[in-house]
Amino acid sequence: MASMRKTSAAVAFAASAALLLAACSSDGTETDPTESATGGETSDAGGEPVTLTWWHNAVAGDNGQNDLGDYWQSLADAYTAENPNVTIEIEQIQNEDLQRTRIPLALQSGDAPDLFQAWGGGELATQVESGYLMDLTDTLADDISRLGGGVAPWQYEGSTYGLPFQFGVEGVWYRESLFEEAGITEEPATMADLGDAVQKLKDAGITPIAVGAADGWPAAHWWYNFALRSCSQDVIQSAGTSLDFSDQCWIDAGEQLEEFLGTEPFQDQFISTVAQTGATSSAGLVATGEAAMELMGHWNVFVYEGFTDGSEEAIDALHDDLGWFPMPATDGGAGDPTAALGGGDGFACYVDAPPECADFLAFIVSDENQAGAAEAAGILPVAPAAAEAVTNPVLVELSQVAGNAAYVQLWLDTTFGTNVGGAMNDGIVGIFAGTGDAQDVVDLMTAAALTQ
Amino acid sequence: MTALEASGTGKAPAVDAKASAAGDHPVTPATSNPRRDARRKRLEIAIFVGPALLIFFTFVVFPMVMAARYSLYKWDSRQPFELAEFIGLDNYTRALIGGTDPETQEIFWKAYAEPFWNAVGNNGQIIVLSMLIQLPVAMIVALVLNRKFAGRSSVRLIIFAPYVLAEVTAGLMWMMLLDPRGPVTQMIQGLGLPTPSQGWLEDPTWGFWTFFFIVSWKYIGLAIILFLAGLAGVPQELQEAASIDGASWWQVQWRINIPLIGPTVRVWAFLSIIGSIQLFDMAWVLNKGGSTGQYSTIATLMVDIGTQRNDGGYASALAIIMFIFSMSAALAYMALIMRRDTANGRTRKAKKGVKA
Repeated sequence: MASMRKTSAAVAFAASAALLLAACSSDGTETDPTESATGGETSDAGGEPVTLTWWHNAVAGDNGQNDLGDYWQSLADAYTAENPNVTIEIEQIQNEDLQRTRIPLALQSGDAPDLFQAWGGGELATQVESGYLMDLTDTLADDISRLGGGVAPWQYEGSTYGLPFQFGVEGVWYRESLFEEAGITEEPATMADLGDAVQKLKDAGITPIAVGAADGWPAAHWWYNFALRSCSQDVIQSAGTSLDFSDQCWIDAGEQLEEFLGTEPFQDQFISTVAQTGATSSAGLVATGEAAMELMGHWNVFVYEGFTDGSEEAIDALHDDLGWFPMPATDGGAGDPTAALGGGDGFACYVDAPPECADFLAFIVSDENQAGAAEAAGILPVAPAAAEAVTNPVLVELSQVAGNAAYVQLWLDTTFGTNVGGAMNDGIVGIFAGTGDAQDVVDLMTAAALTQ
Repeated sequence: MTALEASGTGKAPAVDAKASAAGDHPVTPATSNPRRDARRKRLEIAIFVGPALLIFFTFVVFPMVMAARYSLYKWDSRQPFELAEFIGLDNYTRALIGGTDPETQEIFWKAYAEPFWNAVGNNGQIIVLSMLIQLPVAMIVALVLNRKFAGRSSVRLIIFAPYVLAEVTAGLMWMMLLDPRGPVTQMIQGLGLPTPSQGWLEDPTWGFWTFFFIVSWKYIGLAIILFLAGLAGVPQELQEAASIDGASWWQVQWRINIPLIGPTVRVWAFLSIIGSIQLFDMAWVLNKGGSTGQYSTIATLMVDIGTQRNDGGYASALAIIMFIFSMSAALAYMALIMRRDTANGRTRKAKKGVKA
């Protein structure tokens, strides 16, 4: 027994030593060429060899397909074919792991990827304050003006630190056939309409709205939308930097949510329902026709597709039956009823990344390549010139709503940053669970804001 | 938790083995040069203990000291520590009493102290309920399994199986079983019985009890195996003598077996208390301690604040508080309850030493 233990310990030691060595050697090959290239020459064919590491969140879905990931790979291949001195190493990482764990740790360790996913807002501000991001204001001035106002969430104090490739707004997805079955003829435009629709669906024995409250944020998005309707643009946008939530409109938002919850519009046990995993998730309920509506971002059409068998007929049938309308208007409130909430995805360069990083980023977000991503993977491009590449009728409608909105507000949790945003989401879930109220949400946000 | 238990269970037999080995080979060979011998001994100690100490200091002591330092700062853990601001004990008062500023105390109590004491309460309830429920159940099962019957080893295997499963595997399995539209819910509804209105794990009242059931299912196997090992060490002659004197099966258990495995029970209780204070994996896998903290523990709260909310200073303060809790629980338990067991061990060893 003792000798066995010894051998296994020796094996374990050897294995860990091997790992360490492997880590060191891979480190070396990654950083050495990069460092030698920080001299500043632009990447022409004769330039020194450069390796770019790129972390993005496009991972394969349940059915193994990864359209966006494949498209990113093809862009990297095209870029390296034009610039043979550049090698691009891609790592695909699941969204929450990437955002919450991998990127923050990599940035702190100083061994960060050159190009990585950036969601904008408060998080980007923290990264800029820490000196982690490359200022792209001058190097990519043309691209910044080409992409227009969509770049705003990736800007901080007048400088630009990242460029988006997609931005979309959220709204209510619904199954047209279930609306028909319940005798609903028009898309709800006000909360009263929505209340009627909920009642009609209930009378027809259909679950009106699905929400994945176990994940927190899907529930929180209802509150965000009530806040968007009850708070003026000025209050919301100044709260993004001042983190001051003393305006009465923040409490009104929670009370409107409480009132709405009182009409019992959601599925049974919504607090135990997750958003995207499995047929009993909120997306699964809508995709399988068990529930009629769901408030979600533009990506959800792809989540729904994941619940089909993947055949073209099944996806077409789903698209035919899938409708979308913006968050209905509420009574009163200082917010503009056409304002919309949205979010996007972009990339930023690490402060010590070689200059090729910015060049490659410009290549990714070029009009042509955003249009290509829209065609290949159904993204919603930021570049106005790429808008025509969106063909899915629902996504076209969604882009029009975004274009006609009084203003588009970035997701509130992203705007306020992880600490206040997390406190806000916890408070909202408390309202959903019946353990907290409108005042609690504001108190938790205020307390979190005071600690940072 | 598992590492602690493993090391705890591994240690006891190792000590015995060493003691008996010393008894069998009483005389250490006399050497001609005592000074060289002493140096060699020191070198041996350094070689054998050094690597372990090095790892211990690098991965246990050093992080602990760093956590104690971080806990005195206001630090967004995504930023470099140079940007952190020293705030003294504010993180601790925030957790314990909602801070010292009367103006913000009310909202800080709601936002920080309340979730903290809720988590402490959950840890405490799990400790008490383990003693009240897991201990008697495990004892009865162990006593029954101690009798000889057909298929005994397979029953033992089945009972121990949950303990061997990884926490994440078991957690995901229970999540699927307890899904609002999952098999457990449907089976119980099929019987015409009500299920918790907001789901098994998320219901404000039922969530904790469902969690406690899962934790008990997971860890009771360890208690049973430990008790069975203890029972195997009870001398057969005592039981036979009692039976001859006319004691019933229950009397034998109650008056002989249970008292004689007292030390084993006390060790299990020790491991269970420490494990309950540090409970994390299962609660985290099953939705991060619950969407409103129904089954949050100090550890899940700490990880949530530290990794999801990025409040590095406050999370470090929670880590230190948790360390103080488990340390004082361990010391108090050692001093008050296990004193007898350890004192016996010490005298026995000392006697052997004299003989040698």
